[in-house]
Order: sequence, then C-alpha cells, then structure tokens
Amino acid sequence: MNQNEFLTVVLPFKDKLFRLAKRLLVSTEEAEDATQEVLVKLWTKSDNLQTYKSTEAMAMTMTKNYCLDQLKAKRSGNMQLVHTNYTDGAAGVEQTVEDTDSLEWVNKIMLQLPEQQRVIIQLRDIEQYDFDEMAEILKMSESAIRVALSRARKTIRENMTKTHNYGMERGR
Amino acid sequence: MEWSEVDSLLEKYFNGETSLNEEQQLRDYFSTQVPAPHLQQYQSLFGYFDQAKVEECPKQLPIFRTVKPARNRMLWWSAAASVVVLVGWSTFALLQTNGTEQSDLGTYEDPKVAFEATQKALSMLSSQVNVGIESVQYIEEYQIAKNKVFKKPVAKQQGS
Repeated sequence: MNQNEFLTVVLPFKDKLFRLAKRLLVSTEEAEDATQEVLVKLWTKSDNLQTYKSTEAMAMTMTKNYCLDQLKAKRSGNMQLVHTNYTDGAAGVEQTVEDTDSLEWVNKIMLQLPEQQRVIIQLRDIEQYDFDEMAEILKMSESAIRVALSRARKTIRENMTKTHNYGMERGR
Repeated sequence: MEWSEVDSLLEKYFNGETSLNEEQQLRDYFSTQVPAPHLQQYQSLFGYFDQAKVEECPKQLPIFRTVKPARNRMLWWSAAASVVVLVGWSTFALLQTNGTEQSDLGTYEDPKVAFEATQKALSMLSSQVNVGIESVQYIEEYQIAKNKVFKKPVAKQQGS
C-alpha cells in the first residue's frame, strides 16, 4: 500500500479520530498528537490493512486505547494539576451559567462524565455509529453499550436541568 | 412533529432505546423548529451534537512523507553498508590469493620422479617420528617402582 492509497483509506475518518481524541484528552494539541500517533501506527501496519474487517473501527479502537493510556500516564505521573486545568468543566454551577455560549456548557457538562461514557456518547450521538460498529470499536456487548449510553444521557440531562433551572431562577 | 411525539422519542432516547433514524428525527426537530417551552433545555444539547460533528483536525498530516522516507533511508543505508562490507572483504580475499600464488612451490612433471620424491619425504618423516621415544622409556620406571610399593594387589592377582 503506498502513501496515496493509505490516505484515501484514512482521510474519511481522520477527523473522527481527532474528535474522539479531543473528547478524551480535551486539549486540541494533545488530540492532534494522538491522531498522528494512531495514523503512524496504522501506517506501519498498512501492508496488511486489507485483512482487517474494518480499518475505521480498528483505528477508533486504537485511538480510544491510546488516549486512555495517555490519561492514565498523566495521572500516575503526578501531572494531575495540568489535567484538572482542562477538566475544570466540573466547576461550580455559577460559572457554567456565566458561560454565554450554551453549546460551550454542554461541552463542559460532557466533561463530567466518566471516560467510558464520554466515548460512548461521542460515538453514538456525535459520530452516529450504529450499535454493531460500536460493539466492534469498544469490544463491548450491545446491551452493555445501551446501558452505559442511557446512563450517560441521563447524567447529562440531570446536569443540564440543574443549570437550566438555576439559570431561570436567577434570571427572574 | 407533535410535542407528544417528541416527548416519547426523548423518553426512548434517554433510555438508550432510539434507533439512529429516530435520533436524526430529534436532531432535525431541534435544529429546524422552535421547540415547545419544556423542550427548550434540550435544544442546546442536540445543537451541540451537530456542532461537534463538524469539528476537523486542524493539523495537516505531513507524517507519511517523513515516515516512509525514513524507512527507505534505513534500507538505503543498510544496502550501502553491505556493499562496503562486500567490496572490502572481496579485495582482502583477492590479495590473499595473490599472495599464495607468489609462494608457489612448483610441481613435478614426471610421475616416477614425483614418486621417488614422495617416498623420500615420507621416509624423512618416519625417521623423525621415532625421535624422542627413548625419553618416554623412562616412564616405565615409574610402573616398576609402583609395583614394588603396592605388592598386595600384585600378589592377589598372582594368587587368583
């Protein structure tokens, strides 16, 4: 497989890898690095890519695992301060309400979810994968995915309703 | 879409039971219509999903230009190295064989002369082989002395 062939395979889902990486790592730069890292790994395997059932699913799995490893390494390496800087989306309600951009606070609410649920929301509600593909990417059963998805959506709703109601009361 | 319909779809949605198609209906509803007041809080959620889907990786990917050549360069270096080794080794081997040609000892043309020369060489060798055998004879003395000291085993052997 030469470079052009590889790019035609990879380019359609390159941005999906990036968005998944960003969902987990939060920082754009780190997500870019993760995307590159995964694509380079894929490139080294490119000679037998055809033998894999779905290159995209494999790339998504690799991205997820890579990002989770990065997060784990950060936590164990006493880098927590850097990390909590990013996840500061878990800040107080007051600050969330002050965010003028309502889409931005949805983003912050999503950051409060556990990583696994964030990945599931990303795959389903943003990338719109069907459950078969998600099962392949996550190596989970469909029912387990549905349970986690429901839990994640309800958590988002709860947090949004909280801030929504609070905003309303404050507005009066 | 009616409110009640949206309500029931949302109920399914939060239970993780909607299909992709139904989720698309929800997205469409929230992006095209002014939602009912009690549904307004979900507008930003679905709006966010739509917005998040179009974000692109800002970094272009120059990596494959650097990765593949790196691999090739490796290949070229190893090829060059092996050529150097091969050339070096073969010139060395060539010099060696040239050296042996110079120290050629010559040969015999006539088989009879060659036979005599061989016999002479072999007899010279065999006469030299036995040199020093006398000095080994002394070792026999040790055996005799040992037999004198350890009489019993010898006597036993004689007795039996």
